Amino acid sequence: MSKARLMQGNEACAEGALAAGVRFFGGYPITPSTEIAEGMAKMLPKVGGKFVQMEDEIASMGVVLGASLAGKKALTASSGPGISLKQELIGYAAAAEIPVVIVNVQRVGPSTGQPTAPSQGDVMQARWGTHGDHPMIALSPWSVREAFDTAVMAVNYSERFRTPVILLMDEIVGHLREKVELPEADEIEIYPRRQPGCTPAEGYRPYAPAEDLVPNIADFGNGYHIHVTGLIHDETGFPVGSPKVTREAIDRLHTKIEIARDEITHVEEYCMEDAEYAVVAFGGTARTAYEAVLAARQKGIKVGMVRLITIWPFADQAISDLAARVKGILVTELNYGQIVNEVERAAAGQCPVELCAKYDMTIFEPEEILEAVESLVAGGNK
Amino acid sequence: MRKQIRLSGSGGQGVITAAIIYAEAAVAAGMEAVQSQSYGPEARGGASKSEVIIDNGPIYHPHVSVPDVVLAMTQKAADKYYGDLHPEGILILDTDLVPEAPDFKNIIRVPITKIAIEQAGKSLFANIVALGVLTKVLQLVDLDTVRKAVAHRVPPHTVEANMKALQLGYDSVE
Amino acid sequence: MERSFEQYFRQNRLPHLWCPGCGNGIATKAIVQAIESKGLERDKTVIVSGIGCSSRASGYMDFDTLHTAHGRAIPFATGIKLANPELNVIVITGDGDCTAIGGNHFIHGCRRNVDLTVVLFNNNIYGMTGGQASPMTPTGKKATTAPYGAVDPVFDACRLAEAAGATYVARSTAYHVQHLTSMIADGLDNKGFSFIEAMVQCPTAYGRKNKMSDPVQLMMWMRDNAVMKAAWDKLPEDKKQGDRFPIGLLYQEAGVDYATAYDHVIDLAGGAAK
Repeated sequence: MSKARLMQGNEACAEGALAAGVRFFGGYPITPSTEIAEGMAKMLPKVGGKFVQMEDEIASMGVVLGASLAGKKALTASSGPGISLKQELIGYAAAAEIPVVIVNVQRVGPSTGQPTAPSQGDVMQARWGTHGDHPMIALSPWSVREAFDTAVMAVNYSERFRTPVILLMDEIVGHLREKVELPEADEIEIYPRRQPGCTPAEGYRPYAPAEDLVPNIADFGNGYHIHVTGLIHDETGFPVGSPKVTREAIDRLHTKIEIARDEITHVEEYCMEDAEYAVVAFGGTARTAYEAVLAARQKGIKVGMVRLITIWPFADQAISDLAARVKGILVTELNYGQIVNEVERAAAGQCPVELCAKYDMTIFEPEEILEAVESLVAGGNK
Repeated sequence: MRKQIRLSGSGGQGVITAAIIYAEAAVAAGMEAVQSQSYGPEARGGASKSEVIIDNGPIYHPHVSVPDVVLAMTQKAADKYYGDLHPEGILILDTDLVPEAPDFKNIIRVPITKIAIEQAGKSLFANIVALGVLTKVLQLVDLDTVRKAVAHRVPPHTVEANMKALQLGYDSVE
Repeated sequence: MERSFEQYFRQNRLPHLWCPGCGNGIATKAIVQAIESKGLERDKTVIVSGIGCSSRASGYMDFDTLHTAHGRAIPFATGIKLANPELNVIVITGDGDCTAIGGNHFIHGCRRNVDLTVVLFNNNIYGMTGGQASPMTPTGKKATTAPYGAVDPVFDACRLAEAAGATYVARSTAYHVQHLTSMIADGLDNKGFSFIEAMVQCPTAYGRKNKMSDPVQLMMWMRDNAVMKAAWDKLPEDKKQGDRFPIGLLYQEAGVDYATAYDHVIDLAGGAAK
């Protein structure tokens, strides 16, 4: 019998996190992400995990960081307004190198915005929402199955790099139900919690980087007596007011992600073999963009699509290569224009980059994107 | 074979649940299905709309562009959601709750809510009566598969009543 | 003289950064002596703090220690305790950290009855930032942001904890060292949310602004105004006025702690604790 079933994106996200080993969830209700919390509340105790509904978004972020430090893989989920509130502690996780996944099921902002309406307006918030220099990993699924897969990836990356990972969903995928077949447990690769390489007696230093520049920080309760702080610290974990240590600490936070950039920057190409033009899209919008690309192909337009699965770090190399081989790029996003600036930067003038933006509570219709493609092509052939 | 279906009514009538069940049945029958919805902030009484697309191949854009079938369970929903219906499509209306039928070629009027109250026992079953009507009209998924999908989703002690409601809806149209 | 408490400090992190005459060291020592007296396993004890003068204590204590963000110690501590209930989790916080920026977490930590021992170092002021008024700066007392005296009515954190659902509430002062230690030790015994307000003197920020820059003077104020709970209860209402305040065990009740309550959820869901 087929394992195929109808499932909602938010539900698949919760299932994915669970499959990746998440055993702790702290959250606060907010549309359109609430089904993730509801799913976790139901499923976690079945596997001996814990769900706690906290008093606010900040507490939700704090409680998952505490749980992670005590050795449990931890998840929280929210939407724009809640993610804004969590920002200080997202930065804390980056600085103190605590694995955690934050799901943002995006809705229309700013402020309370349009709670049940889709948007992709938190792209830059995902990158720069917390203060100070910090790296960020953000992934954006386009299907229910990919909501599962990116949830697994997000948990794995957070553990591997000991850094917060944002799963940047949107309401389109979060609330969409579609046919999905989930992988078996033995088909899923899980990155285990990193363990210290030596004992305190052997001179263990919790923030000493391993070969991949990521520290092997002991979980609380194992006799290592480590100190964790959001202050800039040296390899011992204790704060130091030194310019050199400060620079080196911030350098390493960035470099540990930078050296793995190729491995974590996922993009997928569609109809690109002979494409003269490309649509760049991500998340739920890519579904509509792909339909527009197929329609354009019917009309004989040689256009393809490049879909960003990894939003941050940005796919600089892929977009630069793309810009070198096409006559023009159309960026479609459900906001006033955010990722388009990154595409322009990476394209570096090799080809024109145009924006097809929408920010009116509704998703794109394929015709709107098709029209923008035709306009891009007309401009290119002038 | 792509079929685009829109179910509409007011919040609390259960049109979203009916749409989910139909999509689940389509998946059980081996087809591709996507279901999406939009609703007002009010969980009850606001305008409510759910869309289902069924196909043999992959479905990307998740919203209905030109519906083949629109079900409207209130006058407001009928007026608001029938406009882009395919000229050869079918508009299904609740006879009593949509007293003024829009000007459209193919209209099927069924006293859905009345059947639910008088024959199935509760207005609560109106969405399952409607699902029976849709199953008959669409001829995409067989009744037995829809039955299983309903039984899977409703509370166990209501299965029997829901089966009756589904059958009543199915039998109410030719 | 027995100085066995020293083993609980990270000698290489000392001396501490607190000002001469500060009461934080006394309260910190009281915590480790309470830990020692109860024989808590050091490897299974975690100290969590927020931000401010009080919260620097965690760095000097030789356990797993966590210096969180301003106001957020209780949510972090809640996560630690729920993730690994075998750990003893002690929170060190301050009056600004706990009752202002972290006030909501404080209330809900009490309500959930998470098995934490929260020690609030109340120095009546924001010391780390140079002496601004906190919710526990007595009305009329001066601070850099209350140059004419604090306008705001003051929070009684103990009454707040009691009302919010804490199952052990006590108060003591840096003057009453042994009493403070026993109040903390009894809090460690309580399986639930234990709250201990430790009044500490701040000669630098609070004292100087309020004509009490001599730490001895501040401690004498504690000696003269603190009234043991049993005596306090017998005082007529008109004698409970002014600077006087009760110390001792102020409230205790039986209650199920959150992790135990959640074990029941796991049972209901059919999951075994893993």
